[in-house]
Amino acid sequence: MTSVPDPLGMLERMWLIRAFEERVSELYARNQIAGLLHLGIGQEGVAVGLAWGLEPRDRLFGGHRAHAHALARGADPARLLMEIAGRATGYCGGKGGTMHIAAPETGFVTATGVVAGNIPLALGSAYASTVSGDGALGVVAFGDGAGQTGSFHESLNIAALWGLPLLFVCENNGYAEFSPLSAHTKVERLARHAETYGIPAVTVDGNDAAAVLAAVRDGVDRARAGGGPTFIEALTYRLRGHYEGDPGKYRELSELADWKQKDPIARFVADQGLEAESPAAEARARAIVDAATDAALAAPHASVDQLRTQVTAEAVA
Amino acid sequence: MSTLRYIDAIRTALDIELRRDPSVVALGEDVTYGGPFGATKGLADTYGTRIKDTPISEATVMGLTVGAALSGLRPVMEVMYIDFITLAMDQLVNHGAKLRYMTDGLLQVPMVIRAQGGARGSMGAHHSQSLEAWFAHVPGLTVVAPSTPADAQGLLQSAIRSDDPVLYLEHRGLYWQKGEVPDGDDAALVPIGRAIVRRAGSDVTIASWSHMMGAALAAADQLAADGIEAEVIDLRSLLPLDLDALLGSVGRTGRLVIAHEAVTQGGLGAEIAAQVQERAWAELAAPIARVGAPFVPPPFAPELERAFVPDVDAIVAAARRVLDTPSRAARPSPQSVEA
Repeated sequence: MTSVPDPLGMLERMWLIRAFEERVSELYARNQIAGLLHLGIGQEGVAVGLAWGLEPRDRLFGGHRAHAHALARGADPARLLMEIAGRATGYCGGKGGTMHIAAPETGFVTATGVVAGNIPLALGSAYASTVSGDGALGVVAFGDGAGQTGSFHESLNIAALWGLPLLFVCENNGYAEFSPLSAHTKVERLARHAETYGIPAVTVDGNDAAAVLAAVRDGVDRARAGGGPTFIEALTYRLRGHYEGDPGKYRELSELADWKQKDPIARFVADQGLEAESPAAEARARAIVDAATDAALAAPHASVDQLRTQVTAEAVA
Repeated sequence: MSTLRYIDAIRTALDIELRRDPSVVALGEDVTYGGPFGATKGLADTYGTRIKDTPISEATVMGLTVGAALSGLRPVMEVMYIDFITLAMDQLVNHGAKLRYMTDGLLQVPMVIRAQGGARGSMGAHHSQSLEAWFAHVPGLTVVAPSTPADAQGLLQSAIRSDDPVLYLEHRGLYWQKGEVPDGDDAALVPIGRAIVRRAGSDVTIASWSHMMGAALAAADQLAADGIEAEVIDLRSLLPLDLDALLGSVGRTGRLVIAHEAVTQGGLGAEIAAQVQERAWAELAAPIARVGAPFVPPPFAPELERAFVPDVDAIVAAARRVLDTPSRAARPSPQSVEA
């Protein structure tokens, strides 16, 4: 067991993410949320281990499965749910939706619907901090499917070449969309790519939030000391489909059952000895999500009046 | 006033804005060396690491530029040849252009993409295109294309000060042309979204931009020899378009020729013609004519390249055709003219 400074805080946040994502799934099934949803149930350990190693000024960019990252950084569950439900009072006024959430004041800058599209953004954010001296790290969370893109390799190269203060966090859940990683590449451990470019890399159990946090702290310390980027490959598993409604026939039920036994929340509770505290932490999280749900469903729908605003700065009303 | 070449005006704009604002940086392939044409030459001597060479990784450097703009900088990225921007379209179109809208203004992307193009010097189909129509189709972008040294400086300064992603299109055939540019940090500023009348006339309006402006003005001179007075408008801002200026001119002349170096098919001339006829149908005495390149990739051989680029004669011929249109009653079919 790895000790962490704030075990109850981490546990509560994991429960919050779990409860939030389960609620999003329910609302989607009841047609109260539209669109194309990608949930990260089962991957909470990575998001929370990551967030607990960062400072508020650090800038995290998520991918298409990023509700967890936004919540881990401190996004308001009600405003986030409003955005996912297309409400005017959501973070982005309903213009972004699930794949384009943003809560920059928390250090969760934004997400992207294009696999690996967020990696160059975080690279640029890290570069900006070297010019402005604001001390912010660039941080990017992406899946194993991103590892075969040009942007991934180009970004590793530039981050290493320029020694940028950047954390690459690969959430390797074993599947890129509907096919296993082995159908995408011969490289089993994506951390090996980072080593090719001279970037310190580590592979950790992503369902062990404490192990993720320890790896993140190493990377953060390196970056803040001017030591350049770090690559963390966190092995995890999504317990839901690629998207909500995905029948998931590309996975064996026995595999799913095995990974349910490795649930990151149960693992954390056991490792940190939080059996006594966990039920109340879960109850608090579910109450927060209930309140967020009530607020979101009562909130006004996105206003057609706003259809043409914020296209450009000049068009701001 | 100073007499500057177009390429020097670009460097002067960068120099002024780099000096004024510590958040401005310039990056791209070989920018410390000055690139193939020298636009950024010498800036690294003054601004050090704020002039940043990048690997040949257009897709990622475009995204890096967006990310830097999200994080407090005003980056100016150079795309060495606009043809290479195809590699970077995801980051430019899906991220740079959309992030303000997708986040309802929580984020903004104050960046400039400098890219030069045009068919000049037999560089072939991967180093010669005019692609402005692609970008003028993307909500969130701003697109400018200066034709003079004064506008080259003024529009680049305005682009850098803009809070939006601006595509700043250079034509390498203009780099060595000289012109007068006002001195001072703010004197040369040109507002984005404003066209300018380069030559007044009452018989026909010729609208153009970038390198084709030279041919448009030469065509007006030829027409004047026959007593035809053409009004020549330099649109210079392609998104947003200065439709008011265009409509004002068409209101005076009743006839419009749109000339650009890009291929006519699907070119920006089509959009401009559509917008003008939607609003000024009553004032139009003749169908709007377009002059552009034939619908082929830019060819290599000098003879083919010369035939590809629309010339003065093509603009004169188009102007004469719209002037020869006898009356609205005849309802002639729209004309499209290729070089």
